[in-house]
Amino acid sequence: MKTIKRWGPPVLLLTPSMILLAVFVYGLIAANFATSATDSHTAAQATGAQPTVFVGIQNYLDLLASEAFQHSLKNLLLYTVVFLVGTMLIGFMWAWLLERPMRGEGLFRSVYLFPMAVSFIASGVVWRWLLNSNEGEAALGLNRLFQMVGLDFLQNPWWNNITWGIAAIALPAIWQLSGYVMALFLAGFRGVPEELREAGRMDGASEWQVYRHVIFPQLSPVALSALIIIGHMSLKAFDLIMSISKPSNYQTKVPAVDMYVFKSSFDYANSAAVGAILLIIVAVLVVPYLIHTSRKEASGR
Amino acid sequence: MTTTTTTAAPGTDQLTPAIRRPKGRFTAARTARYAIALFSLVIVLIPVYVLLVTSFKGPGDATPSRAWALPQLWIADNWIMAWDTLAPAIGRTLQMVIPASIISAFLGSMNGFVLSRWSFRGANVVFTLILFGMFIPYQAVMIPLNQIVLDLGLPNGVPTLILLHVIYGIPITTLIFRNYYESVPHELIEAARMDGAGMLRTYAWVVLPISIPSFVVVLIWQFTSAWNDFLFAVFFSTPNTGPVTVALNNLANGAQLQNYGVSMAGALFASLPTLLVYILLGKYFVGGLMSGSVKG
Amino acid sequence: MRRIGVVATAAAIGLALTACSGGGDGSGDGGGGGDGGTDVEVFTWWAAGSELTGLEALEAVFAEQHPDFTFVNGAVAGGAGSAAKDLLQTRMQAGDPPDTFQAHAGAELTDYISAGQIEDISDLYTEFGLTDAFPQDLLDLLTVDGAIYSVPSNIHRSNVVWANPTVLEAAGIDPSAVPADIDAWIADLEAVQATGVTALSVATTWTQVNLLETVLMADLGPEAYIGLWNGETDWAGAEVTGALEHFETLMSFTNTDRDGLDWPEATQMVIDGTAAYNVMGDWAVAAFEEQGVERGPGFVDFPVPGSDGQFGFLADSFTLPVGAPNPDGATAWLETVGSLEGQVAFNQAKGSIPARTDADPADFSEYQQTAIESYANDAIVPSLAHGAAAPIAWSTAISDATSKYTTGGSDLATYQEELAAAAG
Repeated sequence: MKTIKRWGPPVLLLTPSMILLAVFVYGLIAANFATSATDSHTAAQATGAQPTVFVGIQNYLDLLASEAFQHSLKNLLLYTVVFLVGTMLIGFMWAWLLERPMRGEGLFRSVYLFPMAVSFIASGVVWRWLLNSNEGEAALGLNRLFQMVGLDFLQNPWWNNITWGIAAIALPAIWQLSGYVMALFLAGFRGVPEELREAGRMDGASEWQVYRHVIFPQLSPVALSALIIIGHMSLKAFDLIMSISKPSNYQTKVPAVDMYVFKSSFDYANSAAVGAILLIIVAVLVVPYLIHTSRKEASGR
Repeated sequence: MTTTTTTAAPGTDQLTPAIRRPKGRFTAARTARYAIALFSLVIVLIPVYVLLVTSFKGPGDATPSRAWALPQLWIADNWIMAWDTLAPAIGRTLQMVIPASIISAFLGSMNGFVLSRWSFRGANVVFTLILFGMFIPYQAVMIPLNQIVLDLGLPNGVPTLILLHVIYGIPITTLIFRNYYESVPHELIEAARMDGAGMLRTYAWVVLPISIPSFVVVLIWQFTSAWNDFLFAVFFSTPNTGPVTVALNNLANGAQLQNYGVSMAGALFASLPTLLVYILLGKYFVGGLMSGSVKG
Repeated sequence: MRRIGVVATAAAIGLALTACSGGGDGSGDGGGGGDGGTDVEVFTWWAAGSELTGLEALEAVFAEQHPDFTFVNGAVAGGAGSAAKDLLQTRMQAGDPPDTFQAHAGAELTDYISAGQIEDISDLYTEFGLTDAFPQDLLDLLTVDGAIYSVPSNIHRSNVVWANPTVLEAAGIDPSAVPADIDAWIADLEAVQATGVTALSVATTWTQVNLLETVLMADLGPEAYIGLWNGETDWAGAEVTGALEHFETLMSFTNTDRDGLDWPEATQMVIDGTAAYNVMGDWAVAAFEEQGVERGPGFVDFPVPGSDGQFGFLADSFTLPVGAPNPDGATAWLETVGSLEGQVAFNQAKGSIPARTDADPADFSEYQQTAIESYANDAIVPSLAHGAAAPIAWSTAISDATSKYTTGGSDLATYQEELAAAAG
């Protein structure tokens, strides 16, 4: 009876969520891994009209050996780095600007934050124009703007470059999420107790030293969670590429796009394998962080 | 809001006098701050400018080559047409987003409370398993997901989408609430315990009322992500039963001969509700994040 | 007091459940499962513009011919049908097909056929008298292992060049003189380029593939071109190398922002006079007409040089999915699609031409009349860019190789190797 009293309520509260996640997250992940280990590469196999054979990790080996998929992985890495560095730097800079009271603070904050409210289906309509790759006389979009303000040297082909193009796709993503990182850092800044700052000043530290030695170190947990949240979003670059470039454009291919293209051509096994690879990448990056935080908290209690 | 939040968030007004320094020395720095802030403001608003001016342009005027120019003639036709096309879908999106965000907020709050206050063997494992759900690439699960949805016999459109947004919202809402409850002083809840209140009662009478800041964050988050979702929407609804992203996609990408003016007016319409939420509640969003929600 | 918490939890769960089960009443529309009554869900990617007008015209004929059934529009827009195909695939896979769906006629259907997802409707052809109404070349292209699986609603031609006469004259080219072959055309393109205008406009990958296929038609001729798709022509051969070299040269005349554009923007460049030529299927004529640009003074059109006498064929068609909730309704829809009234109404609105040969050309526009004539007299060859020539996996492989090549990811030799491998 006592056990029920102790265990009953929490189990009752948790159960609905646990069942839903067990089925819709872990059940489906398992189904995906199962598909990725078969030779289901045709429409007939996808629907079960023809049998599939278990091939183990063969699809993974083939994918990782293909030049096109390596190109996608390289693109994903480049995109993620640019996106992370961009949002973290800009978000931090804005938070620092607004951390001290200033006139019009509310306006600045709202404007910096608002792109987060806009879907890529909506903003893609305009970003496609802005990131037009024409230069010189035929220039459109941002390249045209650069000409108008006399910054011609900034003109570039944006995402239309086979090596660096993917970095340009990160621009709208940075536009959208820097405000969110700013909000996280602002919260972090304001979470630093005033006594700490005061203590620093009492010791004769300059304002900069207070920041450098007192406040910034307090922000590292915030920076870490921002990194994780933003980082995993980069794996979802798909919407953006769909709305600005096209899934068939080689220069902007990333694994999520490959997955989509495989699926559209009924190659479910490879599609599932790409999905699984993405999942593994995420797991490698995120699970240590999750374990780290839960350990830290366990010891902190 | 409540007593607890003030402890977690030092008021900004206390800060103001502390920072004030002799003038003069700070003028250059202040000017630089404003200059950077204004410059950022302009950069962020560039896409909005193009969207806005194009939405008021006539067919021949609304072309990429005239993107930076003001309309030759300001017309409202695009907005009227976009409204006629999107209004029903916006209504459906509200029907979908409001219940979806409220339900997932409650589920997240219950999970967060249990996981933060009630340590049992494996609580951390459970939490980690829940969180991992945040990170799955949805495309990978689309085919089996569709099968499950069909097997459950759910009607296509709003009901299915509510369910999916609730389920896939659980991880993030749990995370936000759990981190928030971790920051709530233990004494408050311990006091309730000693009164002999059971866990559920504590949750309903003590925890829920102090959760408002986190509810604001979670509701904003869920509202926007459900509103802007396209992937689930395009798979589990049709333009006649689906939310505004699907309708907007049909408007913006459906035509052989694109009417950019209408597309851009439509894009702005589709973004207005979420924009309003951010502009009206953005302050609380930051405030809610401040009250401990992000520590993790 | 504990009960309150329980009630709250139960209420939350209950809310979730009711939210999920309710709401099915409002829409009779069917992703879910219609009750097989009178609704006929017609799944297309015709959601706007002339395509939508065409679909509405067809719907009106359907209502007249089959008043017992109710047309339900299941159109999904986006990406030249890619969003629709994607959704369709998922629905078919899950055993939830619409009553009938739009698909490109020809090889693209082989996936659905081999997966056992669509019905053999050869009997309907006899019943509706379509065997006599459609030309033999078309019936051959539609027939897979002796059976036919769809009813084409409209025909388009892929190998057409659209040009701006003003720009041509400025470059000293006579707009009424059609170059005899690709080499002659390249000379004209060079003349245009010298004037500083984009000589040839093109858009994203699929339009580049469209250009490629027309070059293959021009250089290989109809028999060898068809041979590419049935294995009789070697993709690694010298003829293909020659065509690819032409393709390389043609691509060098194109606009740099091509990968970010879709076809209307590339065609618009010709309309605006910022480009001289554009190769595009003949749906492009609607772009000129809608803006009041007249054939002759405003634009000229001719088959891609060297491909005269070939009709690069592609068609939209309707199918009968296995397990359609309302097969009778779908059959009725197919009858309307194949009927003379249906074909005339639809194609007048969409700007394409009827698959039937008994329509009166006088009912159609000037351009459409030339297409009808070519369709009746020329060799009908399948278009790759719209699924008539190759199944989806093959055309995806060609598209990937083409994008890799045109963005500088591979050289011409590698490109040809990849094309040959795709055919493998």
